[in-house]
Amino acid sequence: MLQRMARLIARAHQLNHGRFLHAGTQAPQSIAAHLDDQAPGESARALSRTQECDPASHGERHEGQHYSISLQDMKTVFPHGLPPRYAMQVKTFGEACLMVRKPALELLRYLRNTNCTHPAVRYVLYGEKGTGKTLSLCHAVHFCAKQDWLVLHIPDAHRWVKNCRNLLQSTYNKQRLDQPLEASTWLKNFKTSNERFLSQIKVAEKYVWNKRESTEQGSPLGEVVEQGITRVKSATDAVGVVLKELRRQSALGAFRLLVAVDGVNALWGRTTLKRQDKSPIAPEELALVQHLRKMVKNDWHGGAIVLTLSQTGSLFKPRSAYLPQELLGKEGFDALDPFVPILVSNYNPKEWESCIQYYLENNWLQHEKAHTKEGLQELLFLSNANPEQLERLCAHL
Amino acid sequence: MAAPCKVCCAAISHRLFSGGRVTLTQRQGFWPAAAAGLQTGARFQILRLKHITVVPTKKNVAASRRETYTLDFIKKQIEDFNIGKRHLANMMGEDPETFTQEDIDRAIVYLFPSGLFEKRARPVMKHPDYIFPKQRAIQWGEDGRPFHFLFYTGKQSYYSLMHEMYGKLLELETRQTQTQLQAQGLALEKKTTKDLIGSRWLIKEELEEMLVEKLSDQDYAQFIRMLERLLTMQHNAGEEDFVQRFRRSVTIQSRQQLIEPVQFDEQGMAFSTGEGKRKSARAKAVVYEHGSGRIKINGTDYMLYFPVRQDREQLMFPFHFLDRLGKHDVTCTVSGSGRSAQAGAIRLATAKALCSFVTEDEVEWMRQAGLLTTDPRVRERKKPGQEGARRKFTWKKR
Repeated sequence: MLQRMARLIARAHQLNHGRFLHAGTQAPQSIAAHLDDQAPGESARALSRTQECDPASHGERHEGQHYSISLQDMKTVFPHGLPPRYAMQVKTFGEACLMVRKPALELLRYLRNTNCTHPAVRYVLYGEKGTGKTLSLCHAVHFCAKQDWLVLHIPDAHRWVKNCRNLLQSTYNKQRLDQPLEASTWLKNFKTSNERFLSQIKVAEKYVWNKRESTEQGSPLGEVVEQGITRVKSATDAVGVVLKELRRQSALGAFRLLVAVDGVNALWGRTTLKRQDKSPIAPEELALVQHLRKMVKNDWHGGAIVLTLSQTGSLFKPRSAYLPQELLGKEGFDALDPFVPILVSNYNPKEWESCIQYYLENNWLQHEKAHTKEGLQELLFLSNANPEQLERLCAHL
Repeated sequence: MAAPCKVCCAAISHRLFSGGRVTLTQRQGFWPAAAAGLQTGARFQILRLKHITVVPTKKNVAASRRETYTLDFIKKQIEDFNIGKRHLANMMGEDPETFTQEDIDRAIVYLFPSGLFEKRARPVMKHPDYIFPKQRAIQWGEDGRPFHFLFYTGKQSYYSLMHEMYGKLLELETRQTQTQLQAQGLALEKKTTKDLIGSRWLIKEELEEMLVEKLSDQDYAQFIRMLERLLTMQHNAGEEDFVQRFRRSVTIQSRQQLIEPVQFDEQGMAFSTGEGKRKSARAKAVVYEHGSGRIKINGTDYMLYFPVRQDREQLMFPFHFLDRLGKHDVTCTVSGSGRSAQAGAIRLATAKALCSFVTEDEVEWMRQAGLLTTDPRVRERKKPGQEGARRKFTWKKR
């Protein structure tokens, strides 16, 4: 009896002393679900991993299954969009697989049925921390990229309101502040993802950057982007110009525009940036934030806006806040109203199985108890089917 | 000298000691004086003056020397105790005739509440036999000749006991050989096994206390060996009693855990409550018998309330131990202290609540795993002259 207890006690603590494999990676919706260790190989495998690589063909029957994104696509579509833990996991496993989940399917359905003559509809993905909002956004971005939309993907708006080093006073508008570094990095990534559009779209008016440089009317947008990348001082203005032009020209019908912003509650929150005299800066005073706000307003048509709320990078917000009202504040909520809210929640049992199978197939769970039913129950309890928590737990096993 | 605490009732005051011994009120020790005392009653075995040489009082010597009490002193203490007991009973409004030691203890705790951690330092009122150590009577008569024939062995009670035991052993052996000659091959079952279960031999300290003598480990081992040898032979009731004198019953192995009864709420769902505490955190848990493993703490989900994995593992422990991970729902409230203490308190509360749904064996296993024990560790007080509870100030040589 004592031995049995000792074993039982030891088991209770074994999750603590797991073996460390690699650095943990974030995979809220991860790779192909693998089989049940009890079920025979091929049939269960077919259930969890799907061969459909094109998000356009994802439907209800693919729910819970993983599909892989080719590495070529990864480079073009997601130069900067993936969450860091997920990127690490992609590097570890050597493949990028995303789980097809209900909120993403809903969003794709809406996007498929967008009417370009109507003003852009705003879709807001919200949910508890770590449930997979960012990766749902990435799914939508991949879909739109495959559908040949022009994708404007801002990976994390929170990065623009905190930890910024160089703030310059804007040349365009004296009250605003520029963020050259962030703007230029974003422009570089934008260029990689949307190469083919840059030559097609022509600028509608003349822009003068400084005494020596200007962009003529009718020149391709690529030039503006180049200007922003090379002349870092005017990068923020270049970003503004790009956004304005895209807004204006998406109505013409040559392309469809998808604005995807992650962590949109940063635009209406507070910043941690301070001026030289230690006085705080409001988000309104940042030029990039102003540009984005205009972008996110639904006064243009020819595309869609997909937004994600995020508590993780947010400033001065309690950890339990996840509703739009709480995270956006009154100002943000009014600015974004009306929008279509889409709730992203924890894994349901099918998705849970799928995720565990994926880890097992990739030999990510090395612990001997991880293969047993009891071990999986422990994991379920400890993570409560939260994708992020599961991923962090499995990183230790 | 421990000063007895003064209470309004003078009779009681003599009986109360805060843990220390009361030193003699009279100085002892001249041999002529003792001899004079002896002349009055020649051979009494009761407590009397033991022979002590006069030593100039030095501080250390007083501490190491055994305190000796005169018989009269002890008698007086006993009388004072009894009178004090009656006074105490009157004070508490109880009947003096039926005032037991437990009543006395309760009354003292009520009248003198003490926050001291050390139980032995608290005020106590007990019969003098428990307070004053047992002392040996005078071992020799007025002519200086010892009473016992084994006095010069130094450990007379021990050796006399061994001598008695060996006598019994020899007797049993002769009896056994006689019965074996009479009834060949008749193996009599020993009844010893059932008597030995649930009891243990006296430990060395208890034996020393019984014999009022110091023993060595080898002596004790020899004693136990002799007793066991006695038991291997066929013996009758007389020897059985003799041996049982040296056995003590083992205290109840499985402490009876108070099991909460299962209650039913309005919808007819079965649930059970439990309370737990750790440091200064207090938790009350309600465990429902049928559920899906959801836990709500103070109205919030446990993932949000305990973002740290360690705390969630603490919550998981009782369920995981009983293999009932996804089968119960828990709603609990907790307050006080920090996150780790709150997690520990909830763990204890859920374990206690789970006792009602689980078999007795599993309750015993949980108790042995430590799931049902309140952790007695609390924050140690900071002492003056030190920086913390244990940390001293930085020592500077000059």
